[in-house]
Amino acid sequence: MSGPAPARPPLLEVHDLTVNFSGSDGVARAVDGVDLTVEEGETVGLVGESGCGKSVTALAILRLVEPPGHIAHGSSVRLGGRDLLALGAKEIRAVRGNHVALVFQEPLSALNPVLRIGNQIAEAIRAHEAVTRGTARWRAVEMLTAVGIPDAKRRASAYAHQLSGGMRQRVLLAMALACRPQLLLADEPTTALDVTIQAEILELLDGLQRKLGMAVLLITHNLGIVAERTRRVYVMYAGQIVEEAATEQLFAAPAHPYTEGLLAAIPRLDERRDRLQAIPGQVPPATAWPEGCRFHPRCPHAWAKCGTEMPPLLELTPGHRARCWLVKEPERRKK
Amino acid sequence: MSPWRLAARRFARNRPALTGAVLVAALVLAALLGPLLTADPLAQPNPVRLQNQPPSAAHLLGTDPYSRDILSRTLHGARVSLVVGIGAALLAVTLGAGVGLTAGLAGRRTDQLLMRGVDVALSLPRIVLLLAVFAVWEEAPAAAVVLLIAVTGWFQTSRIVRASVLSLREADFVAAARALGTTGAGIVRRHLLPHVAAPVIVSASLDVGNIILLEAGLSYLGLGVRPPTPTWGNMIMDGKDVLFSAPWVALAPGLALVLTVVAFNLAGDGLRDALDPRAAA
Repeated sequence: MSGPAPARPPLLEVHDLTVNFSGSDGVARAVDGVDLTVEEGETVGLVGESGCGKSVTALAILRLVEPPGHIAHGSSVRLGGRDLLALGAKEIRAVRGNHVALVFQEPLSALNPVLRIGNQIAEAIRAHEAVTRGTARWRAVEMLTAVGIPDAKRRASAYAHQLSGGMRQRVLLAMALACRPQLLLADEPTTALDVTIQAEILELLDGLQRKLGMAVLLITHNLGIVAERTRRVYVMYAGQIVEEAATEQLFAAPAHPYTEGLLAAIPRLDERRDRLQAIPGQVPPATAWPEGCRFHPRCPHAWAKCGTEMPPLLELTPGHRARCWLVKEPERRKK
Repeated sequence: MSPWRLAARRFARNRPALTGAVLVAALVLAALLGPLLTADPLAQPNPVRLQNQPPSAAHLLGTDPYSRDILSRTLHGARVSLVVGIGAALLAVTLGAGVGLTAGLAGRRTDQLLMRGVDVALSLPRIVLLLAVFAVWEEAPAAAVVLLIAVTGWFQTSRIVRASVLSLREADFVAAARALGTTGAGIVRRHLLPHVAAPVIVSASLDVGNIILLEAGLSYLGLGVRPPTPTWGNMIMDGKDVLFSAPWVALAPGLALVLTVVAFNLAGDGLRDALDPRAAA
């Protein structure tokens, strides 16, 4: 490695993370050799189409992948230098919610319909801290206030169905942040919400992040959110990281044809278009990833080599890497 | 308002259900207090001259072929019926919920083993099984009757519980609780049991009526709780031979039996409508 070694290990360091699902039609490698790091306090985006392995990556970081899925040998997930994959059941449970929290995308179904929301938050606190029921409930109300729920004391005794979508997502955030985690894995936290509410929630998340000094891994398929909220981005395709760059870099000069395709698919206000531009084809099923580069069947630039040899992540500039042979042979790029 | 309070309100608005509940309460009260106020159900004041007396001031519901007071015997019989019905239903539901939870939460192997066992158990006719046991075990105490009826009656409940556990296990809020570090026991207590409770309560309350009928059937055949202890089943048996000359002998316990079973079924149906509004809609 060049340059001075960092004083501290990154907050989250995922290395060669592989998750297999064994089913009747063979083994599906949903996540295949993912490397990613998140520094303390940093917001990192993880983008990709549905089915590319984003959510499974998040679940795997907390070891929440359920059978038939399992994390392959050789994977490593380090949090502040500690190997999460080597922890016992009790130790990993102490990490979940306490050091690393996960918020889900469906705010209604992620709340228990028969529990009052205040009790649900209090329960998340009591899972990690030996506090009395009363203290936990008081802190739950405090958290509800912190996520901007008006009249939190009264709302704490409401049920999920009595709240609007935006309010529910705030409650989920309150639950996830109740123990002040260092890292929040936000899996499509705003997908189920209206655009205006989305902005509110992201604004709130920003504020809380600064206040608590926590890092966020923002998992989304919405590139607009990535552009506004993240410092660095990982692009995932077919279980692999295909491009990694500083956010500005990625939008200014995408290197992987898949990233280009994603960016081209965003409709723009300053351009007249009759049809939305789409990437032809679909993400292949995880049981049958194509030979060679996994994107080559959909790639406009592909040539023979792409169909036989899988490109590694090739560095363009420090911090900008892409899994594409074009990095080495830019002259093959079609205009 | 909490879901339980909402359910209570729905129940209170359901007239047949409320009638059933009031009747059940009245029956329980009668079974508790009645025997304290009436004559000894075993006393045979004059087996020759006072047998099969029609209702009178001395014997409000008349006397049976052994000159015993039918009112007193019916009230004592209510004790047996209710204790066996409610006791066995509670025990059966507890067993079924335990097995269902285990099957739903444990691995595939345990689940398959338990559920195939339940399949086999469900294929055996319960009544024949009970007849066989009590025919051999003549001196079976009431507790044994409760136990055996419960042990042969939890299979359906275990299936219901297992099915809801399997679907709840995949629920997002369970995943969310796990992601926030809740323990397995915490998830069972806070997230699974409250959801499983509703169908279990319904199945238990509907079971009571069936078990009371089953017990009456066994006693009618002279099995289970034995004479001279009064049960509605053996009282109907006593009245069988004098059905035309002294119909009141069989009529009192028969009516009590019908009333009880109807009351429990009304209340049970009401509970189902109240606890599962989707099924009622």
